[in-house]
Amino acid sequence: MPYIPHTEHDIQTMLETIGVTGIQELFDEIPKALRIESLEGIPEGLGEMDVSRLMLEKAAQDRRGVCFIGAGAYEHHIPAAVWDIASRGEFMTAYTPYQAEASQGTLQLLYEYQTMMAHLLSMDVSNASLYDGASALAEAVLMAVRANRHSHSKRILVLGSLHPHYLQTVQSIVRAQQIEIEVIPFSAQQGTVDPATLAAYDQQDITALVIPQPNFFGGLEAVDALTQWAHAHKALTIAVVNPVAMAVLKEPGQWGDSGADIACGEGQPLGIPLSSGGPYFGFITCKQEYVRQMPGRIIGCTVDSNGKRGFSLTLQAREQHIRRSKATSNICTNQGLAVTAATIFMSLIGFDGLKKVAENCYANTHRLESLLTQISGVERLFTGPYFHEVALRLPCKVEPVLQQLLAADIQGGIDISPYYDSLKQENALLVCATETKTDADLVYFAEQLKRALHSTV
Amino acid sequence: MNHVPSELRYSKSHEWVRLEGNGIAIVGITDHAQSLLGDLVYVELPEVDTSLKAGDEAGVVESVKAASDVYTPVSGEILEINEALATAPELVNDDPYGHGWLFKIQLDDENELEELLDSDGYEEMIAADDH
Amino acid sequence: MKLIFEISQRHRHAAVQAPRPTDISLDIPKELRRTSEPQWPEVSELQVVRHYTQLSLRNFSIDTNFYPLGSCTMKYNPRGVHKLAMTREFLQRHPLAPVEQSQGFLSCAYDLQQMLASICGMAAVSLTPMAGAQGEFAGVAMIRAYHQDRGDHGRTEILCPDAAHGTNPASAVMCGYTVKELPTGADGNTDLERLKAMVGPQTAGIMLTNPSTLGVFDQNIKEVARIVHEAGGLLYYDGANLNAILGKVRPGDMGFDVIHLNLHKTFATPHGGGGPGSGPVGVSQRLKPYLPIPMVTRDEQGYRWLTEQDCPKTIGRLSTFMGNAGIVLRAYIYCRLLGKDGLHRVGEFATLNANYLMVKLQQAGFTLAYPQRRASHEFIITLAKQAKNLGVNAMDFAKRLLDYGVHAPTTYFPLLIPECLLIEPTETESKEELDRFIDIMIALLDEAQNTPETLKNAPHSLPVRRLDDVKAARELNLTWQPGE
Repeated sequence: MPYIPHTEHDIQTMLETIGVTGIQELFDEIPKALRIESLEGIPEGLGEMDVSRLMLEKAAQDRRGVCFIGAGAYEHHIPAAVWDIASRGEFMTAYTPYQAEASQGTLQLLYEYQTMMAHLLSMDVSNASLYDGASALAEAVLMAVRANRHSHSKRILVLGSLHPHYLQTVQSIVRAQQIEIEVIPFSAQQGTVDPATLAAYDQQDITALVIPQPNFFGGLEAVDALTQWAHAHKALTIAVVNPVAMAVLKEPGQWGDSGADIACGEGQPLGIPLSSGGPYFGFITCKQEYVRQMPGRIIGCTVDSNGKRGFSLTLQAREQHIRRSKATSNICTNQGLAVTAATIFMSLIGFDGLKKVAENCYANTHRLESLLTQISGVERLFTGPYFHEVALRLPCKVEPVLQQLLAADIQGGIDISPYYDSLKQENALLVCATETKTDADLVYFAEQLKRALHSTV
Repeated sequence: MNHVPSELRYSKSHEWVRLEGNGIAIVGITDHAQSLLGDLVYVELPEVDTSLKAGDEAGVVESVKAASDVYTPVSGEILEINEALATAPELVNDDPYGHGWLFKIQLDDENELEELLDSDGYEEMIAADDH
Repeated sequence: MKLIFEISQRHRHAAVQAPRPTDISLDIPKELRRTSEPQWPEVSELQVVRHYTQLSLRNFSIDTNFYPLGSCTMKYNPRGVHKLAMTREFLQRHPLAPVEQSQGFLSCAYDLQQMLASICGMAAVSLTPMAGAQGEFAGVAMIRAYHQDRGDHGRTEILCPDAAHGTNPASAVMCGYTVKELPTGADGNTDLERLKAMVGPQTAGIMLTNPSTLGVFDQNIKEVARIVHEAGGLLYYDGANLNAILGKVRPGDMGFDVIHLNLHKTFATPHGGGGPGSGPVGVSQRLKPYLPIPMVTRDEQGYRWLTEQDCPKTIGRLSTFMGNAGIVLRAYIYCRLLGKDGLHRVGEFATLNANYLMVKLQQAGFTLAYPQRRASHEFIITLAKQAKNLGVNAMDFAKRLLDYGVHAPTTYFPLLIPECLLIEPTETESKEELDRFIDIMIALLDEAQNTPETLKNAPHSLPVRRLDDVKAARELNLTWQPGE
């Protein structure tokens, strides 16, 4: 029997000890009418060899060719040691570290993770992670509503250049709590939000302002001016950032005069494979004064009864297992294994390495942009600086072009026109070239795009 | 045995009230309450100037394994909070009726105190809880 | 042990892990650039490998220790499942990759949706919730959407048993509901008279776990369903304990309208030191329009995503992409390995192990919380007597077990049983391992009587002794600073 070790003799001995004649008798408290004899709709079990064959066949149907899609998930090189160590049974098959003495490995690692994230973002404190980027932002919004004692409106302003899936996720998660989400439109030329647009809200009670950096189009927002506006109006600033970009872009703790209040985002670029969207991890960090409003698990450094340094979960009284209906969030898990990988990744690559990754991503995307915009009819959708993603305007519908690129084994980005009313009339393509792309990849993409446009237009 | 001073008034949710004169009262949690919670690690207090009705939530006391709401036993406006608790929540454990006080309140109606338990009533209540 | 920061040396790099420097200079305005360098470790690859390998050795895990942690279903996580889920093509698939190059993954997700629906007796399943708690949120949000869609706006309350997991009331509150606590009857079943008195036109629904967190099957479940449905409320099933009844009873047949599953419990995906989990939701026909997106469907062209366009009444998106896809994949592989017979046996052997352990511990002198009841896949013993007579409490037993290399059972949950240990052995443990645990528990009982200090000061043999949680909370130290 798969993964069940009992011999026939074991079963008989155990049944005798319990004082029943068969296993079925153990279910005698369940009303008979409810019991089923077997499971329908499930295939017969397979051995590991047969399942391996099946899964390799399925895998062969997926991903071929070169990926130029970004849009919230980025292909980066992951050093071999990262998942070799993260996949050790001692990390992978451990439970949540509630029994601190038996979990010092996980706990110390999480403390190191919290430290690396806080330092990367120049924020005071980090938690031990949330589910993913979009849900981390939803938690950040709920946190801001609790933390901002000056505001009673529960109104959140969000830059329209935020990842559309983040916006949708925030809306579905905070909907029932009478929180109003208002979207500030981005400029049609720049693809970023002009801070002057916020003047319309000067006289209003705003709880928080959400600023993505870089934004969904790869563009760079005027984070200082936006943060200043928020603080001048007693609103909190929530930064949503790409951790790799933080190697070269101004980190949230330095935005404006006093820094962002909460900084969150998607941790996937730090050593987590694309893997169809998850498991990734969301990070959230904040200023010290808001730490008690931060959701999720937090690890603290303390001492044991001999005065020796050790680590344990702390501030647990905020959490659902103690505070129940009054908890800061219903969240119970963090993404422990993904964070284990990310911590090893950050240690291995170091800040110097992360900076090289960021610079190579920047360089590759800019090179790609310059190659693609040499093609007749292809131009940038927006002006202004960008990081490692760029929105382009094609001379024809995007979808058929992507189909043709696919035939040449290129995943050529995504069609973003459907996401925005203001882009509905555009043929807008979002592309990304991380450090994993070679010059030959970029040239090949340009050649194939040229060919595809030629046959489509 | 927990200490229950005879000059104070008590709520069923384990707060005490001391009348200071001029319609001002001081509120804290009882010795019994602090001993049930264990070592406090954080105390959240109301904002000064807020008006509360008797029975409203006025803060939270938090230990390592429990968090408990504090309810104001009397109606009024918060005049002052015990700032020392921000860095020294253990004052509530060490001296619940003295340095561990929570907030001062300007009473709407002194007669509300009459509706609270006296020390005998409170002692009876906690004795009954133990059984 | 040192922190990684404490073995760092300025200008030491793991050079092979970074790409080559680029010749393009960054054309980014100065005011948008980073100027400071964070305090990150600067270490060699070997130092990293050794540091984290050594840290891993300071953990208990299923791979190294028996883990009878009630309510958490710490069963063996098959290596083959992990290895196959880590196949290169699956890892490299971008979440927004075109469906033409995703048929492999999509077919697994689609088949898992179908299989989970069959297992639970539900009409449809969405795999997107990223953990049990997010599944709960999705489930209650669907209940809310259902009532609102019908214009039934007076339903403001969700009922939760007093023994419920803390996530239940927390999730209900996140959905804008008031939570009313439902007391448990003395036999561990729902108190029907109290239930009748509490339901009404204000009742949106009830959240239940069955078998309950008390380790017993609620024999009144059909009656509970009738009472709640007649009041116009819906029934939510917390799948935390599904392992107990896998293949034996289906929540849909009990009358539940919505369920979340914990793939990291019942479907053997690794807990990872606290995540990732995965909390798919299943619903009956009437809640189907509200399922969270995206889901997978199949038509003539093959497998494709269902999005907001296909599901206009959906409660929406809960993650950037489609939740913890890699965990979904693992659960699919696990189901294919076990098949219908293997899954059917999970509930049987989880129950056999729990009942065996329960009877043996009772014989050894431990007090059961519900001696007159069968154990489900877990059961509770209470150490109230030992605490009173010997001054040794449940926490002391838990910590002393660690010295014997056994992970502690769940302590002090559910809250209504004093000094309790909630014990769940799971089906993957052998009789020898259970017998060893029983011997250790007997030894502990002996220690409690003769050398109680050994328990009170435990653990003795782990990397650290009991930690000062009060100091941790009062003097928050969450971030290492240079010079510490």
